[in-house]
Amino acid sequence: MYRIVRKETLTPIITLMEVEAPRLACAAQPGQFLIVRADEEGERIPLTICDYNREKGTVTIVTQAVGASSKEICALEEGGSFADVAGPLGQPSEFISLPDEELKTMSFVFIAGGLGTAPVYPQAKYFHERGAKVDVIIGAKNADMLILEEEMAKVCDNLHICTDDGSKGYKGLVTAKLEELMAAGAGYTQAVAIGPMIMMKFVTMSAKKFNLPLVVSLNTLMVDGTGMCGACRVTVAGKVRFACVEGPEFNAYDVDFDEAMRRQAMYRTIEVEADHKCKIGRGK
Amino acid sequence: MAARIPRVPVREQDPEIRAKNFKEVCLGYSDEEALLEAKRCLNCKKPACMTACPVSVKIPFFIAQVAAGNFAEAAKIIAIDSSLPAICGRVCPQECQCEGSCVMGVKGEPVAIGKLERFVADWSRENNVKFLEKKPFNGKKVAVVGSGPGGLACASDLAKLGYGVTIFEVLHKPGGVLTYGIPEFRLPKDTVVAAEIENVKALGVKIETNVVVGRTITIDDMFDKEGFDAVFIGSGAGLPKFMDIPGENLNGVVSANEFLTRSNLMKAYKEGSRTPIYVGNKVCVVGGGNVAMDAARTALRLGAEVTVVYRRTEKELPARAEEVHHAKEEGIQFRLLTNPVEIVGNEKGWVTGIKCEQMELGEPDASGRRSPVAVPDSHFTIDTDVVIMALGTSPNPLIAQTTPGLERNRKGGIVANEDGVTSREGVFAGGDAVTGAATVILAMGAGKRAAAAIDEYLKNKK
Ligand SMILES: Cc1cc2nc3c(=O)[nH]c(=O)nc-3n(C[C@H](O)[C@H](O)[C@H](O)COP(=O)(O)OP(=O)(O)OC[C@H]3O[C@@H](n4cnc5c(N)ncnc54)[C@H](O)[C@@H]3O)c2cc1C
Ligand code: SF4
Ligand code: SF4
Ligand code: FES
Repeated sequence: MYRIVRKETLTPIITLMEVEAPRLACAAQPGQFLIVRADEEGERIPLTICDYNREKGTVTIVTQAVGASSKEICALEEGGSFADVAGPLGQPSEFISLPDEELKTMSFVFIAGGLGTAPVYPQAKYFHERGAKVDVIIGAKNADMLILEEEMAKVCDNLHICTDDGSKGYKGLVTAKLEELMAAGAGYTQAVAIGPMIMMKFVTMSAKKFNLPLVVSLNTLMVDGTGMCGACRVTVAGKVRFACVEGPEFNAYDVDFDEAMRRQAMYRTIEVEADHKCKIGRGK
Repeated sequence: MAARIPRVPVREQDPEIRAKNFKEVCLGYSDEEALLEAKRCLNCKKPACMTACPVSVKIPFFIAQVAAGNFAEAAKIIAIDSSLPAICGRVCPQECQCEGSCVMGVKGEPVAIGKLERFVADWSRENNVKFLEKKPFNGKKVAVVGSGPGGLACASDLAKLGYGVTIFEVLHKPGGVLTYGIPEFRLPKDTVVAAEIENVKALGVKIETNVVVGRTITIDDMFDKEGFDAVFIGSGAGLPKFMDIPGENLNGVVSANEFLTRSNLMKAYKEGSRTPIYVGNKVCVVGGGNVAMDAARTALRLGAEVTVVYRRTEKELPARAEEVHHAKEEGIQFRLLTNPVEIVGNEKGWVTGIKCEQMELGEPDASGRRSPVAVPDSHFTIDTDVVIMALGTSPNPLIAQTTPGLERNRKGGIVANEDGVTSREGVFAGGDAVTGAATVILAMGAGKRAAAAIDEYLKNKK
């Protein structure tokens, strides 16, 4: 069950895995995600689907070791397996419903931050294969933190790398790069940003200056991922929406990012403020 | 004569002790206690209890066997009508079903039908009495969506009739609400729920977890690609409702489903679980049903001071009477005729309190019902760190949206008749997915009726 057929260490803390999940691989579409549990005691962790191979019956996921659960996932070995892999979950990217003739007239810019590069990959690939113009901007702290650069280069027209320290490509933030490209007349008709909440918030402000339509993919807290619990709720256009079933992609201009960031950090603040391992948060 | 024996009280964990643990509250009858209680039954010619049981368990007959000490025989009689007696004996709202109509209740206390049913089921599990006779495989395959009581009941009846049955469950563990919703202290997971599921598997039913029907595979795929001849949908009640009041997205506001799933399914109440749960020092639970009681009593056991806020009076609390009684014994506070209007928070976005208004019962309406109305200028705030919303559910649209021709009602539930027949040929449905949040026994009954209807349909289909 859910065997890990390939494991690749992309950076010291980011790991790529190709996992057997035949039904899931057959059904996956760009924009969707899945949920894994590393072992029987494991937390249900949502991860975006980075790639899928319908013939082999595998899906590719990319995990960054940050908390206890993601470290556990990254520690699994090639040949080992996950206790559970469920999906695909969420709505596919809305643009895959467009006919190819229409896609050919579109000019996409994808803005990927850090780990967000993984979910951008299948979308860039999908639209590029169907004749859309696709540019990708990847942002990372430094050259060592960049992932999927080569793969991405193959599925887009122009790849722009931005690093905070200038160790590779453009020195600066993805927002600055986006604004520079737009100002120079890149003429994008649709932007898609996937990355840390804070990055998506600022990309939204940059895109707004150019009236550039923008979609973001929200990585909220989740438990079941099936619409049963409401842990993933976000306010979009003043209404409460469940990111796991109605998202994860939403129109960026409608998203309440400040609320989303605060909710996303809910258990993290407890972990830090409780200042010990007690997982049953008491007091604030 | 019989009427003079008082109802045999059931042993329970002491409230002060159980408020700090997750072990089952009710300890059940011993053999002697069960014999004694069974003798109270009058064996009525026209048993009102049976009519009031949604699946018409042959109550006087099984109780007569208990009274005679033939526990295995009693189990056999119950098994004719119920697939999950150890569960229903524990969670049925007996006071408004079987026991509510028992003639013994007219002048005194009704026969403890639920406790006897539970006794018989526990006894047969402990003594390995099983009802697993099944007909040989008849070559036809049925898919069941969801592994709650509806799906399990439908699957086991079909398997007994010789069908090849596969249950598809989206979560990593089967059982539906029995697994993720109802807590351990009311329904033990390993001894009771897992054992019932093992029985279903022992009949040859396959359970595939992690399958999102509507996404991983669609209902159409089941017929076209996977070769199933019929499908039963028992996908449950769906999405939790919120009140639509200010402050509901503050940190510390959760749905009861989320809170209970973290605790029950993900075992957050145990050391060693990776899934976090937050209770703070004070918890307010909004709602008055079983879900609200379960959330409140779970929060209590995790160490919080708990208040239940409900907008009507005690009489209208929809929870089982036993749960309300247990909750009070354990020290949970009830603020009745109280309606939340806003959740207030601090500058960091965390809940600090819940602003409510006092309600009073208004004039009776045309139906004679007095609904609560707000008392003017009666606002007050209850300090709290966590607010748990237990306000019911609305249907999950996923399956209906991905199944062409499957009719839904105005509220979004799947339309099905008494036998589970839907607008799509070969597709049957039942349980909470059709009725909205209801009860275990109703879902189980719907699963059983649908199994009979599926059998009829497939026998007649050439
Ligand atoms: C906390 C709580 C306490 C309760 N207490 C009581 C009580 O004391 N007494 C009582 O009688 N009733 C009680 N109920 C109600 C009772 O549990 C339900 O009415 C009953 O479980 C409904 O059964 P079901 O089979 O229709 O659905 P469920 O038990 O909800 O099972 C549905 C299953 O389908 C799965 N599913 C959903 N969508 C999909 C999909 N797309 N693909 C695959 N699988 C899917 C779900 O994961 C779930 O496992 C309680 C409910 C809750 C939440
Ligand atoms: S199934 Fe429920 S209602 Fe029927 S006899 Fe048993 S406890 Fe009573
Ligand atoms: S109504 Fe009460 S006394 Fe009569 S048969 Fe039923 S349980 Fe026994
Ligand atoms: S994660 Fe539970 S409803 Fe979205």
